[in-house]
Amino acid sequence: MAGKTLYDKLWESHVVREESDGTCLLYIDRHLMHEVTSPQAFEGLRLAGRRIWRKESVVANPDHNTPTDHWDDADGGLKDPVSRKQVETLDANIKEFGALVYFPFKHANQGIIHVIGPENGTTLPGMTVVCGDSHTSTHGAFGALAFGVGTSEVEHVLATQTLVGKRSKRMLIRVDGKVSPGVTAKDIALAIIGKIGTAGGTGYAVEFGGSAIRDLSMEGRMTLCNMAIEGGARAGLVAPDEKTFEYLKGRQFAPHGANWDKAVAWWKTLQSDAGAKFDLVVELDAAKIEPQVTWGTSPEQVLPVGGRVPNPAKEKDAQKRAGIERALAYMGLKADTPIQDIRIDKVFIGSCTNSRIEDLRAAAKYMKGRKKAANVKLVLVVPGSGQVKRQAEAEGLDKIFTDAGFEWREPGCSMCLAMNADRLAPGERCASTSNRNFEGRQGAGGRTHLVSPEMAAAAAIAGHFVDIRKK
Amino acid sequence: MKPFKYLDGLVCPLDRANVDTDAIIPKQFLKSIKRSGFGPYLFDEWRYADIGEPDMDCSQRPLKKDFVLNQPRYQGAQILLARDNFGCGSSREHAPWAIEDYGFRVVIAPSFADIFFGNCYKNGVLPIVASAAIVDQLFRECAAQKGYRLRVDLETQTVRNPAGEWFRFDITPHRKHCLLNGLDEIGLTLQHADQIKAFEAKHKAAQPWLFA
Repeated sequence: MAGKTLYDKLWESHVVREESDGTCLLYIDRHLMHEVTSPQAFEGLRLAGRRIWRKESVVANPDHNTPTDHWDDADGGLKDPVSRKQVETLDANIKEFGALVYFPFKHANQGIIHVIGPENGTTLPGMTVVCGDSHTSTHGAFGALAFGVGTSEVEHVLATQTLVGKRSKRMLIRVDGKVSPGVTAKDIALAIIGKIGTAGGTGYAVEFGGSAIRDLSMEGRMTLCNMAIEGGARAGLVAPDEKTFEYLKGRQFAPHGANWDKAVAWWKTLQSDAGAKFDLVVELDAAKIEPQVTWGTSPEQVLPVGGRVPNPAKEKDAQKRAGIERALAYMGLKADTPIQDIRIDKVFIGSCTNSRIEDLRAAAKYMKGRKKAANVKLVLVVPGSGQVKRQAEAEGLDKIFTDAGFEWREPGCSMCLAMNADRLAPGERCASTSNRNFEGRQGAGGRTHLVSPEMAAAAAIAGHFVDIRKK
Repeated sequence: MKPFKYLDGLVCPLDRANVDTDAIIPKQFLKSIKRSGFGPYLFDEWRYADIGEPDMDCSQRPLKKDFVLNQPRYQGAQILLARDNFGCGSSREHAPWAIEDYGFRVVIAPSFADIFFGNCYKNGVLPIVASAAIVDQLFRECAAQKGYRLRVDLETQTVRNPAGEWFRFDITPHRKHCLLNGLDEIGLTLQHADQIKAFEAKHKAAQPWLFA
């Protein structure tokens, strides 16, 4: 019998029923929620007179709209009445329908939903995890089948604890070898997207394997799986191992006592069998991956830091040429400009991609005793959660950042998508540790270059991108 | 959900690849707690010369005249013709809500991003995948003929051009059934509530920590 992939094991262990055409009803273990994609789902339940199926599956908190400063003001800094209404609507909905975990705005543990899930042990190997948010793929780092859904599906899960769907194709992305110092999980993720394209993973669930993946910390694996969706794959996966178990042990909602041993025994079976068949295998050599910087308006428009911005005249395909020309015009860049000559106005260190303690430590390492460059107007450092913030402060990282002239903020999604007050002005150029460089993503007319936390910190000091391997 | 059976509609071409959901409906409009009213903000940054905010009166805003949705010949369009990887990025269902609220019922492209593709069906919007060669032909014909229309028939899964040429598209039987009848998927799933409960009990016995 042919071996099974990790994805198949996760899928098959959650099938409630299957139609003859392969459409399945899939049981959902964990339902993460935030304020933006849930109000219409709760409203739908109310209008139909339906109840929530299993409130203990819900972990929720507001993160997209919440401000990252002025928390001591009477309004908590939540000045926009439309944003306030959305945050209050989540409060009211959770109060009415219930949840396992809810951290309201300004709670000591509030943060980005994809950071607080794992840090509280509410994301576990072998689970199915969904959220009305495409970056739900993050939780695949634990060997959980985790993917983003729309609001109708949020409502479907609330009402039925299931989703209707068909199995994806399986892709294995194997990264073997050792990365150079200064090359991070973010660079591996961007290099993969550069290779397969933003639609390369469409229709696939991607498992990341190989020695370079095993070498990554849990934080690094979360960064990598987080970016799976930018390669078009709804779900990214890393098989759980000792690092996973070590990370989870003792966390509040992780199993304890006899259940822990039983769980670990099950989790150890959650890996692709030898001989398991993948529909597509992509291989990368870790040693050849350089620090990455995006130059355009799609994550696939990415280059090694030693590269030059592309010249559309050299592109033969008319569609692609038009795409390059449009991206260069939007980004205000000239063809053939060396990446390291691009000067920046702002820096953002944060988001569900790169706001965990390890990310902040890595950024701080570059800052110690240094100041931001004069041309850099603002550097925002936004921790992923209250827990991350306290840990960083206990280690003195906040002091390193503020001494360098950075702003140390309260947790939230912040300038990754700029739904709160943190945003770029038209034409401003930002080195950002977030996940999307789409037009207008960080503010209408804003220009985003996606990079690792190390590169963001180094660019804040130099005022432009630098090869952080040459210190 | 509005059922979808048949549409004879005007076609609007959007000739760029990788159109993301941030472009379809920018983040500032996601603060609404409603499902409706997003149509005036569809493609907001490409469509208007100013920066849009929720609750603006869009009839008073300066337009970017070159953008397709602003061209007189495409007013009233119900079919959006697009390029590869349409709807990539965020999972926001506000994207199909905006598309439907504007008046589109069909989007034709060589490929779609997965989450957006699924979201369309939940909102009475039919996403049709056609080969790159067919999409190229539709773009050419649309540019050449003012008032270019296509006839989309879900029952026979066909799209027909004014010359009478047609192609067939794929859709799963389940999605077709829901769309043809405007069915509420939750109601259908709850018919299997006993099976869900039985699965849940078995799952809980095997992995009790998932239910802690």
